[in-house]
Amino acid sequence: MSGPLTPSQTVGPFFGVGLPFERGEQTVPPGSAGAIRLEGQVLDGNGEPVPDALLEIWQPDAGFGRTRTDTEGAFGFTTVKRGPVPAPDGRTQAPHLNVTVFARGLLRHLVTRMYFPDETDANAADPVLNLVEAARRETLIAKNCSGVLHFDIRLQGERETVFFAI
Amino acid sequence: MNEDEREPPYLYPDYVGTRLRAPAKPLVNLPGGFHDFPAPLFPRAISQLAHDLTRQHAGEPIGERIIVTGRVLDSDGRPLRNTIVEVWQANAAGRYLDQDDQHPAPLDPNFSGAGRCLTDGDGRYRFITIKPGAYPWKNHRNAWRPAHIHFSLFGSQFRSRLVTQMYFPGDPLMPRDPILRSIPDQAGRERLVSRFDPETTVPEWALAYRWDIVLRGRAATPFEDEP
Repeated sequence: MSGPLTPSQTVGPFFGVGLPFERGEQTVPPGSAGAIRLEGQVLDGNGEPVPDALLEIWQPDAGFGRTRTDTEGAFGFTTVKRGPVPAPDGRTQAPHLNVTVFARGLLRHLVTRMYFPDETDANAADPVLNLVEAARRETLIAKNCSGVLHFDIRLQGERETVFFAI
Repeated sequence: MNEDEREPPYLYPDYVGTRLRAPAKPLVNLPGGFHDFPAPLFPRAISQLAHDLTRQHAGEPIGERIIVTGRVLDSDGRPLRNTIVEVWQANAAGRYLDQDDQHPAPLDPNFSGAGRCLTDGDGRYRFITIKPGAYPWKNHRNAWRPAHIHFSLFGSQFRSRLVTQMYFPGDPLMPRDPILRSIPDQAGRERLVSRFDPETTVPEWALAYRWDIVLRGRAATPFEDEP
């Protein structure tokens, strides 16, 4: 046996020299067929921007994206929306992105999901959204703002984003 | 202790940065298997020299040249082959090449401090670099981070993802460091400390440190301390 897991430590404030890579925020080229734009902001418990967060998005059949927040805590991805995802229990999950958050001050990363605003029926039947208390589900569903999906991540506080145990 | 109790908590007030960033609400548990899907595939090729942080510029960086090597394993002890390992670190003076690093120590024009490599058929990674310096941070009065190298790994599963830090044996700053101390048990903290590795040293050229990394496997995998 190899023994217990290696513990996590924070990504710290200086990951910018090592982790971001060129066009990492694009899982598909902008303007390509089906490309969608996703934008948002990472906020702390006081509602202040988090300028040193690293975000990763991952859909197993649609590629991996990575980007950092800017001085306003803002980030953006260009990606595609895939279809429903089979759940391990045989049900169907609504289309979603897996979103991973790293930051100074996060001793472990956080995992959340971004669901799509135009999937009302699929979202209502989604087995994961249904595990979340109704009042907090909206934190997981992006808003459509003139064709751009808007998805803020609130690490702490009143409208705190739902995060999932890993 | 289960897996999660061995990890640092999100809120660890001695590390001031956690106070406004740790989620205050409990994380939502997903039923078994919902996080059992493959890890991301890193979408870029890794250049052959990316593992050698001492050869990324015209000259050699200042500092104590070291080889850092080890194996990446899953929790059943199986080597993780062909998996990407990313590292970043301060230079020998304790300064990062990052515009937000305001520590008044010199930058080194021959050191960027970032590397990538893929593990080999035995799950082994190998970097050539220089030993990073300690540096001050403003967490509390006269706070200094122990020397460390940041590591980022994907493993085979989405839930294998790990970002952590490797420390050096004997560093007197370790017991005073709230980031390392956030790990609840001593054995866990020791798992982040590399060991001096005389067999990997290269005479007249470089010292060596060895550090193995164990990542989460599928949730269905039984762990040895579970009934």
